[in-house]
Amino acid sequence: MYSLETRKLCKSFGALTVADNIDFRLEPGARHALIGPNGAGKTTFVNMLMGALAPSSGQILLGGEEVTRAPQSARVRRGLGRTFQITTLFRSLPVLDNVALAVAERSGLATRLWRPASAHQEVIDESLSLLAGLGLSDDAAVRVTDLPYGKQRLVEIAIALGLRPKVLLLDEPAAGVPSQETEKILMSLERLPPDIAILIIEHDMDLVFRFAHRITVLVQGVVLVEGTPEEIARDKRVHDVYLGEAHA
Amino acid sequence: MSGYSADPRIRWTEWLPWIAAIAFFFLLPGYLSLGARILIFILFALSLDLILGYAGIITLGHSAFFGLGAYTAGALGAHTAVTDPLVQLAAAATLSALLGAATGAVILRTRALTLLMLTLAITAILLEIANKWTSMTGGADGLAGVKVGELLGWFRFDLYGKTAFVYCLVALFVGWWVVRRIIYSPYGAMLTGIRENTTRMHAIGAPVYWRLVLIYTISATMAGIAGALLTQVNQFVGLNVLGLEPSGDVLVMLILGGVGRLYGAFIGPVVYIVVQDTLAKQYPEYWYFGIGVLLIVVVLFARGGILGIADVFTRNKKTL
Repeated sequence: MYSLETRKLCKSFGALTVADNIDFRLEPGARHALIGPNGAGKTTFVNMLMGALAPSSGQILLGGEEVTRAPQSARVRRGLGRTFQITTLFRSLPVLDNVALAVAERSGLATRLWRPASAHQEVIDESLSLLAGLGLSDDAAVRVTDLPYGKQRLVEIAIALGLRPKVLLLDEPAAGVPSQETEKILMSLERLPPDIAILIIEHDMDLVFRFAHRITVLVQGVVLVEGTPEEIARDKRVHDVYLGEAHA
Repeated sequence: MSGYSADPRIRWTEWLPWIAAIAFFFLLPGYLSLGARILIFILFALSLDLILGYAGIITLGHSAFFGLGAYTAGALGAHTAVTDPLVQLAAAATLSALLGAATGAVILRTRALTLLMLTLAITAILLEIANKWTSMTGGADGLAGVKVGELLGWFRFDLYGKTAFVYCLVALFVGWWVVRRIIYSPYGAMLTGIRENTTRMHAIGAPVYWRLVLIYTISATMAGIAGALLTQVNQFVGLNVLGLEPSGDVLVMLILGGVGRLYGAFIGPVVYIVVQDTLAKQYPEYWYFGIGVLLIVVVLFARGGILGIADVFTRNKKTL
């Protein structure tokens, strides 16, 4: 059984096809990268997986159960977490609250109406330990907007981990981060729990080839090829449409 | 500030409004009916702050619930033998809650301008119903002779408004207590999350729509109670409790005081009603002009409302 699977997933906007019969499988504990040139349909694919966008046809299965029409909240409850390409945080709230909101949702405490939030020590402790794992202990009380961008990217990951996902979608986790800080993010990614199946979408090829065990190349909504990093690096077609262009 | 990093203990400054209200009762016995009116509008503004300031639901239709509560109490007092004030209050709360849940379930799927127009449409519809259904509401003449019995079978609503003032003060205290608990709870933190970033709330698995419907219903209930109090205190209800005007008034009160900071809902109505009362005595036709100038000054120079000015002295931290 796959952690995540799509069967003949299609999405069209009028005459424009952005996902064309995508068959995709994510093994439990996978480190899988989805790459492709700009406009290949990578973010559309993630949005369909999350339920933010309805596919035109095809199926999405999460842990073997069909979730094609399930709302986003139901998918998250079944263990699907994501980070955003463009930082999507609660900007005026402290870092701690950003993570605690996610932890509270997952543990079913978010609908408590009476006892103060700050008295829910179990939520706070778990959030703090997640932050500690990403080296953000000292920033717990800082408002997100006062945090350097590289650290904001880590808060994205901390929030996703607060959901205790079985499948984690990382949409360009290093986007917009200066190259010296990319290393920090990559190290954090390498320390993520091994049982989480991770799908990473990334433009930084060094990061992709160091992190991923398998790579899928998407071009104009079609899966061009899938294989190990070595296979992808040797593939002529990939060079032509993507690597060749990127490394020219 | 609320949330997981906030200290939920009540600070000494938070007792000031209650001390002021008690002082008002003893020092200004001639103004108790004005005082009761202020207390009612504080409760109304507080209910609006819950959805606007915390959940980020913009509305111009909050008077729908205020008005429904007012007319529920009025119809019971004028047409039936149900004169117990607390029973009238409970009936108003129930009907407002039902209307809040029903309309909220329909309109909270929309956002921004669409939502604003829909809220306005709902209160406009209610206004027209109240205008046309004269046998029940008295239409444009209003509903006079609303009978309100003794409170708890003991305290009569006296001519000087003593009972009314204390009654409204207790109702407001309960409302404040409930709102404060909600704001500091995980639910309140979650609402702040929705206001701050709805996309992110979806991504962490929050069923945003249902959460908004619940808080909208709670807020509608409070607004309905405030409306019923107004009817009971005046023993009269007229069309001015419905439509755009009271919705706009309460919004202006909240903006004057400061949105999303709990005590903005206390300051705003005091300033608004005192200014209104003072100006109306001097210039009965132009008092809205004064309110308009005040609003412009506050919006231009004190973005966080009158309470926002206090931020300047406390190094930009929201303390109230």
